[in-house]
Amino acid sequence: MNARLNTHTSGSEVRRYPPKPNQVYYFGTCLIDLFYPEAGLHGIQLLEREGVQVIYPERQSCCGQPAFNSGYDKESQTVAAAQIDAFPENLPIVVPSASCAGMIRRHYPELFKATPLESAAAEFAARTFELTEFLVHVCKVQLQDKGQPVKVVAHHSCSAQRHAKVADCGNQLIGQLRNVSHMTQERGHECCGFGGTFAVKSPAISNAMVQDKCDSLVNTRAELLVTGDCGCMMNISGALEKRKDKLPAKHLATFLWERTQ
Amino acid sequence: MTTPRATTMHKELRVAETKDLQSRIQEALQDQELRSNFRGAMDFLTAKRASVLPDAAEFDAWRSEGEAIRHRCLQKLPELLEQFEAAATTNGVRVHWAETADQANEIILGIMQSHNAKRMVKGKSMASEETGLNHFLEAHGIEALETDMGEYIVQLDQSQPSHIIMPAIHKNKQQIAKLFEQKVGVDYTEDVDKLIGIGRQILREKFAEADVGLSGVNFAVAETGTLCLVENEGNGRMSTTIPPVHIALCGIEKVVETLQDIPPLLRLLTRSATGQEITTYFNMINGPRQTNEPDGPREVHVVLLDNGRSRIYADQQLQQTLRCIRCGACMNHCPVYSRIGGHAYGSTYPGPIGQVVSPQLWGIEKSGALTQACSLNGACRDACPVNIPLPDLIRRLRHEGNDLTATSQTPGKGSQRKTLEAISWRLWAWLSTSPKLYRLFLRAAGRFRLLAPRKLGAWTEYRTAPRPAAESLHELAKKHLEKNYE
Ligand code: SF4
Repeated sequence: MNARLNTHTSGSEVRRYPPKPNQVYYFGTCLIDLFYPEAGLHGIQLLEREGVQVIYPERQSCCGQPAFNSGYDKESQTVAAAQIDAFPENLPIVVPSASCAGMIRRHYPELFKATPLESAAAEFAARTFELTEFLVHVCKVQLQDKGQPVKVVAHHSCSAQRHAKVADCGNQLIGQLRNVSHMTQERGHECCGFGGTFAVKSPAISNAMVQDKCDSLVNTRAELLVTGDCGCMMNISGALEKRKDKLPAKHLATFLWERTQ
Repeated sequence: MTTPRATTMHKELRVAETKDLQSRIQEALQDQELRSNFRGAMDFLTAKRASVLPDAAEFDAWRSEGEAIRHRCLQKLPELLEQFEAAATTNGVRVHWAETADQANEIILGIMQSHNAKRMVKGKSMASEETGLNHFLEAHGIEALETDMGEYIVQLDQSQPSHIIMPAIHKNKQQIAKLFEQKVGVDYTEDVDKLIGIGRQILREKFAEADVGLSGVNFAVAETGTLCLVENEGNGRMSTTIPPVHIALCGIEKVVETLQDIPPLLRLLTRSATGQEITTYFNMINGPRQTNEPDGPREVHVVLLDNGRSRIYADQQLQQTLRCIRCGACMNHCPVYSRIGGHAYGSTYPGPIGQVVSPQLWGIEKSGALTQACSLNGACRDACPVNIPLPDLIRRLRHEGNDLTATSQTPGKGSQRKTLEAISWRLWAWLSTSPKLYRLFLRAAGRFRLLAPRKLGAWTEYRTAPRPAAESLHELAKKHLEKNYE
């Protein structure tokens, strides 16, 4: 699968980007908070290096996607409303996960349609950016690679490719690192089988999908897997580890930060 | 050749229905031959489609147009249906209305009985699969023979279609060769042209003998009363022209306003379905044989089938389901369908559109579990030529399944609700909206991380369990950002 097809963006959904602000909010997301906090911190550091001050609201928790995808709209709404409340100032909100960014951008307006929070939700969605998207389009970063030559393979989540449509930003950033060979995986467009509760509710299919994904990633002979979504990372790494395949994984933020330090 | 017995076929279908979805999925996943048949076929179909839709921006423009046409026609559906009925009637077509599948079958049987007809040849019709027509007619002593090569194979095999466009796509040529050897009694040959030749030979005779030809409908044009039929094998044309009576079974959502609506939709349909710029046949049927015409059926009937579609129509969001032009692209691109195939869904309509249609037609109680077999990855949505937001609809139906007070008229809503699950989500919402408690939970998870369970049910059957970090991002950010942690 080549990168061009990987990042098909719909012509009708072109986004306008603001000039680089002095300050942004950071929405760490629950998975990162609990399992991959380092990745979250590296995202913060990447932003700070671009001269952007990062504010981390203490009252944040989860975007509400797990319940939303499971069809528990009320519970999802409650949690989403708490996030809208936790980021009150009119500042961009940067999210180091395309999945959560996609949830906010596409589904918050729909979730709060015809409720008192309708306009707040739309406004919240409009100022939400996925991390790599923000680095590329708003900060216009130029990365200086300081690492050793390495072969990596990127897995872009379904949200990054089809929902938040930011997979090309991740590819662009990796492309800026001159010692990095960016391998392409077969069927790179295909879902890794995570899908939140899908992995638990339809375990057999989810497993078939992640096994195929592991095969195509391992077949690239890359030394490292990078991804911008921790759901995919947890799923793929967990499966690779169980298979005893040696392909370590890093969040894209960690990878970019470490190589440019 | 002996005609396959539809009764047996229907029995098998029932068996499939009683097995639960997850075990059907397990079985399909373990069938290596099936998996490689689907993998190969889906790769072929998606590549062919991509080759005739090379320009993403152009495709987007086309499908926005397709979406707009279907949307407009649905908005005016009641009016267009009346207009269609009037125009078709003027053309000499007899129009029947069927509220349910049973009514549709009865109407068709009635027409056949009024002609003392015993033999029916069928062009491809998913609507007739939906109503279980073959079985019904068989029970009334009528032979209903499928003439689409794929449908014919499936009927020989006493099975059911595994794909809405390619009914026998689950079989490879060796399997088909064996089937012909066993059921038709010809010598084993893997020569596809020969196999098709054998099938055609048999079918030719049947066309000539048939009393009635039944077809589906791709588009029904309100302006002119025209029935449009898209096909590649010519069997659709023969089914609708050789027998003295033609009956078309047409879902009520198939009506479009004018003839001008057809080319943009046809362009999307053939490319999305089979990767063709145009199919070999495109039939436009305006009515029965006129007095000065040498051939064609003497009677043409169209049965307009509701069977739950009005109910779907009543809900703004779910109404989008009815935009579907049945191209099959959503299943070809689905990572679940391409691994488990069509039969595992246990429903007439498999794949993403099936996961959306089935619970709405047959109720959430019976088909709601289908909505779980989806990772919401969105590949189907990207492929759909009329922009149906399939993942959003699947998600919505999950919600309908959980919520007794949900707003649609979908039968069986709330029937998938599991108390423990509902309570867990409530607890999760409480935790996620209580900042202090949430942080306490993070801290506890970090401190006791080594005690975190190493076995997490289905998750750890195939993966290792993730371990909470020693310090959460809340904690790291607090240290790192100091005053900017607020
Ligand atoms: S839902 Fe869309 S992609 Fe699927 S069969 Fe219908 S028109 Fe084709």
